[in-house]
Amino acid sequence: MSLKPKTNIELIKNGMFGENTIFRMAISLCPSIAVTNGMKNGVALGISVVFVQTMVNVTISAMRKFINPKIRIPIFMLVIAGYVTIIDLLMATYARPIYKEIGLYIQIIVAFASIFARAEVFASKNKVFSSMCDGLGMGIGFLLAMVVISFFRELLGKGALFGYPIVSGSPLLIMILPAGGFLAVGLLMGFFNWIDMRFFGGKGASGV
Amino acid sequence: MTTEAKAHELIVSVSPHVRGQETVARIMWTVNLSLLPAFIMSLYYFGPLAAFVTGLCILSAVLAEHIYQTSLKKKSTIGDGSAFLTGFLLGLNLPPSVPFYIPIIGSVIAIVITKLLFGGLGYNVFNPALIGRAFLLISFPKLMTVWSEPTAQFIAMDAKTTATPLGILKEEGLSKLIEIFGDKTDLYMSLLMGNRAGSLGETSVIALLIGAALLLYRGYITWHIPFSFVATVGVMAWAFGGQGGLFTGDPLIHLLSGGLILGAFFMATDYVTCPSIRKGQIIFGIGCGAITMMIRLKGGFPEGVMFAILLMNCFAPLIDRGVKSKKFGAVKEQKK
Repeated sequence: MSLKPKTNIELIKNGMFGENTIFRMAISLCPSIAVTNGMKNGVALGISVVFVQTMVNVTISAMRKFINPKIRIPIFMLVIAGYVTIIDLLMATYARPIYKEIGLYIQIIVAFASIFARAEVFASKNKVFSSMCDGLGMGIGFLLAMVVISFFRELLGKGALFGYPIVSGSPLLIMILPAGGFLAVGLLMGFFNWIDMRFFGGKGASGV
Repeated sequence: MTTEAKAHELIVSVSPHVRGQETVARIMWTVNLSLLPAFIMSLYYFGPLAAFVTGLCILSAVLAEHIYQTSLKKKSTIGDGSAFLTGFLLGLNLPPSVPFYIPIIGSVIAIVITKLLFGGLGYNVFNPALIGRAFLLISFPKLMTVWSEPTAQFIAMDAKTTATPLGILKEEGLSKLIEIFGDKTDLYMSLLMGNRAGSLGETSVIALLIGAALLLYRGYITWHIPFSFVATVGVMAWAFGGQGGLFTGDPLIHLLSGGLILGAFFMATDYVTCPSIRKGQIIFGIGCGAITMMIRLKGGFPEGVMFAILLMNCFAPLIDRGVKSKKFGAVKEQKK
């Protein structure tokens, strides 16, 4: 991270591309493999993460002056768990069919490395509005990654998008199995690194 | 000073000082040659389909390697025969009646993902042909388990489908298998000659053994992996394969059917993906055999050679590290 303070737009962009949770930082990989076998699930989880990430950043940032550094970890945990419970109950009430499939992973958002990392690294040291932008960017970056991964996996593995059949013929069944998740994430990560190195002069992700 | 000194001048170079005749290309093409008897037998039993599937595999494997390397502006290494061999092995591992896109997808996965993305020949963790086949088996479980009956007529368009001997053994038991093939001697003879349903190149044990003998004679493979692999399968089949309790099984059926001979002599012995120390190779072979029999007797698939070799490929570096010989003269560090 550069020492220069970034503008809010830069913060959002940074979360989406420069420090994309999955493709650049290579953290929170578990959901990217577990729930991306269909676009519906991937998008649902992505939106939940956008909500939790943004709200957690805002709350932590607003409370940063009162939090005793010695007990900051439990406090972060409580705040994250609070918002995860909100989204968990909301989905259980209003999005029952999706909740039945990915409910476990909604609850597991509590343990997402990316959310915790942003609370510790950014929100506890920065102002409320820029923390919100950072959370939004990080969340949208995660959502984008989920969309891209689940797009390829559902298209290749089921020949469908959002559950609607698009291509006929026998699909590559392996793509909706866990093995296909590893293949898709690995190949896409390589592809985005190649783009970064080829067109933007980056050095490629090194699993920061 | 000048001429006399030249004569006694020593050439200083790093080892190795004497090089053998063998090159990668020569070894690879010899392995290809040793697979030829099995290929001819598959032509005999399954007709032109065998040539079509195998040819398509080879062609797409070689093309995939060439296109990948030229598009990345690297030197194309199709001449060394390793891509040809991967395609050949993959073709011999496929059922005869697969649709045309299956060999192509399998070869591309085998060459590009398993071999070239890991750094090319010599750097791959897994056997490329087997990963290609595993990918296909998991992706197309129905198409990959349609086995046509061998006909021994060159043109047979209406090939009947049937189950492999191991499939029958798993589903219906030994007595049914003997009933289909006549009596026990007939069963063994058909298995030995290859007159049974199965992947193209795995059926004819005798043809595979001829090829393997060539490799053993030339010293390209050693007995360690194949022997320990086959022996473990035999012992475990004898010990646990029977219905009437321990040590009542029929090892010969397990030895002759499935892809055991093809796997043990041609796939498990791949230089890159097996341990390079002899002691480790024996452990590797025993592990392959044990996993194979566990899958055959208890697992969901009738055949386990492929998964066994792939699983043991993961352990090859670990085995090598574990059996490293002691340094000469090294003293064990004393505990304090």
